[in-house]
Amino acid sequence: MTAVLEVRDLKVRFATPDGEVSAVNGVSFDVNEGECVGIVGESGSGKSQLFMSVMGLLAKNGRTLGSAKYRGTELVGMPVKALNKIRGDKIAMIFQDSMTGLTPHLRIGKQMTEVLVQHKGMSEADARKRALEMLNLVRIPEAGRRLAQYPHELSGGMRQRIMIAMALLCEPELLIADEPTTALDVTVQAQILDLMADLKTVTKAAIVLITHDLGTVAGLCDKVQVMYGGRFMETGTVQEIFYKPAHPYTAGLLASMPRLTEERQEKLYAIPGQPPNLQRLPKACPFQERCTYVHDRCIDELPVLRQVGDANATLTGHTKACHLVSLQNPVSAPHAPSINVAADEARSA
Amino acid sequence: MSKELLRVEGLKVHFPIRTGGILIGQYTPLKAVDGVSFTLNEGETLGIVGESGCGKSTLGRAVLQLIKPTDGQVVFMGSELTGVGAEVIRQKRADMQIVFQDPLASLNPRMTVGDIIGEPLTVFFPKMKAEERKEKVRALMAKVGLLPQMINRYPHEFSGGQCQRIGIARAMILNPKLVICDEPVSALDVSIQAQIVNLLMDLQQEFGLSLMFISHDLSVVRHVSHRVMVLYLGKVMEIATRDAIYAAPLHPYTQALISAVPVPDPDIEKNKQRIVLGGDLPSPMNPPSGCVFRTRCPRATDICAQEVPVLEEKAPGHRVACHHWGLPEQKLV
Ligand SMILES: Nc1ncnc2c1ncn2[C@@H]1O[C@H](COP(=O)(O)OP(=O)(O)OP(=O)(O)O)[C@@H](O)[C@H]1O
Ligand SMILES: Nc1ncnc2c1ncn2[C@@H]1O[C@H](COP(=O)(O)OP(=O)(O)O)[C@@H](O)[C@H]1O
Ligand code: SF4
Ligand code: SF4
Ligand SMILES: [Mg+2]
Ligand SMILES: [Mg+2]
Repeated sequence: MTAVLEVRDLKVRFATPDGEVSAVNGVSFDVNEGECVGIVGESGSGKSQLFMSVMGLLAKNGRTLGSAKYRGTELVGMPVKALNKIRGDKIAMIFQDSMTGLTPHLRIGKQMTEVLVQHKGMSEADARKRALEMLNLVRIPEAGRRLAQYPHELSGGMRQRIMIAMALLCEPELLIADEPTTALDVTVQAQILDLMADLKTVTKAAIVLITHDLGTVAGLCDKVQVMYGGRFMETGTVQEIFYKPAHPYTAGLLASMPRLTEERQEKLYAIPGQPPNLQRLPKACPFQERCTYVHDRCIDELPVLRQVGDANATLTGHTKACHLVSLQNPVSAPHAPSINVAADEARSA
Repeated sequence: MSKELLRVEGLKVHFPIRTGGILIGQYTPLKAVDGVSFTLNEGETLGIVGESGCGKSTLGRAVLQLIKPTDGQVVFMGSELTGVGAEVIRQKRADMQIVFQDPLASLNPRMTVGDIIGEPLTVFFPKMKAEERKEKVRALMAKVGLLPQMINRYPHEFSGGQCQRIGIARAMILNPKLVICDEPVSALDVSIQAQIVNLLMDLQQEFGLSLMFISHDLSVVRHVSHRVMVLYLGKVMEIATRDAIYAAPLHPYTQALISAVPVPDPDIEKNKQRIVLGGDLPSPMNPPSGCVFRTRCPRATDICAQEVPVLEEKAPGHRVACHHWGLPEQKLV
């Protein structure tokens, strides 16, 4: 497999009047050709800032440490001019709020053709033809008429589709979608998810789907990376993450969601406590304050990502950042993820 | 048979929207709520679902008389609330409270948590001693999972989930009979949603509360509700018991809503044939003729454009507004 994006030990820091915010705290991963990777986590876990930093789009008070390579070319610290050649052409991004992704005072047609003229050197007429094709691909009704409209004249669902169409215009190799359906109504969300599932097979782009919604991930992604406190807690295939979660946080998240596909339970499992404060992250495991299975080692030693079931292997396949050896039956007994603390042998010794 | 607490009949809220020029002064009614009827028993939870703008919040506010209904009746604890004086409503309001979606925005930033939670006591029991009030507030804080020693802190010092606990404590302090929860967990993280849902259900058990639980999340609504009402463009499409709505929905819109829910299970989710509705929600300023759902309905025929389907009982306790009602043709989840 060839990696489109290789991220190594990436960190994001924000300077604020009341101290430094550690939004992303050393994450490493690859996105391979044709793959759809889900990044899940709660609000503030660092999902968006991780990719904003990869794209060179951090706010002024933010800085990136570590490395992010697009096809071997380092993106961190790349001059804006060179970055602009890659952004929107090789790597495209879709945002949660379709208004931020579109320019309000430009007609849809103009916004779309401009990109093609700029990045691909197309003629105005060819660009227009291609724009129309893309609008049809994302199933915009009366596509021709839409080219003359302004973003605010369209519904939220339609704008989101236009953003997707714009992102796909230059046939990017990597598409980053940040909460693409979160702001939409359920039935409109269903339309967009349906569209994205089809696009996955039509385009060859690798897709990164950033979301807090595990249901969306289950339907679209091949691989999943679960974030908490700016770190990856667990990574694996969708099958591994949803059917064999190995980290107490992942298991807890899955257990706390009521599901239409299961018998209704009298009580929901709830993870206790609050998400961590990124200005005062605990020294070792970021989940320690909420974890039912916390023990001395969790407070002293930062758990790093290790292969599940093989404490010596790193960064291959199903990995978790947790000192426990195994979590038992978290899915078959979703209301109390039972975890084998006793078996936590000194495996790193 | 439990006792009826609330009865709403033919409730309408029409907002006049100026459509003509400034001088012409032409108004078109926006029918946010258009003839909604239902009942709610003591200790019962009615889930209210529907997409953005279908009138869920407006309905909640109109029941509380925070918005004056254009037409229809609200009968609460046996007495009529529509068309009575402000003082009567004020008295009743002690028994009907609301919890809002945006936890932080709904709390006054300049008041301490203790004052926010205790405010209804100050209003309804002005003679109550400050110490007694504080004692009640502390006890309730402990009950909703807040540390009582945080009584003098300000809202911005709390997380979203904690602010929602503050909002719930405030709604509970007068020991109301009815709490309207308007998307109480929508703004919260998954891991916090479960905490708040459990808290609301525990409070309901302990105090025999009735809840109107407004949400667009069908999975959460199934978990909390005894009965469910489905709204579309200000009208009731279907209302039935929880099990009937989820296991045997009779309205095409309910069926599409259920089928649209993404399930956190890759094998199910990747293989499911979702009912995907065409188009977008029509503008409530200009709703379709006949059945308001017809522009997106897979079963629509000519009659749907001509005749408004009446909400009628099709099975015991199961009311549906559709000319072609019936069980779904496919598996929904
Ligand atoms: N004060 C008002 N003046 C005019 N129109 C209003 C007013 N309040 C609400 N509306 C309109 O009434 C309709 C119903 O609004 P409401 O807020 O009840 O929807 P909702 O179902 O709660 O939606 P959401 O899921 O977005 O909260 C919408 O079209 C809305 O724009
Ligand atoms: N410009 C900024 N200054 C300070 N903190 C920031 C800034 N931008 C983001 N953050 C913080 O970084 C953390 C991670 O943010 P983000 O990646 O956007 O989270 P999410 O996982 O919800 O997408 C949050 O705590 C957020 O408040
Ligand atoms: S390392 Fe310890 S605290 Fe962290 S998730 Fe694992 S068991 Fe829980
Ligand atoms: S009345 Fe007609 S358009 Fe309306 S829901 Fe029923 S079948 Fe569909
Ligand atoms: Mg984000
Ligand atoms: Mg609302």
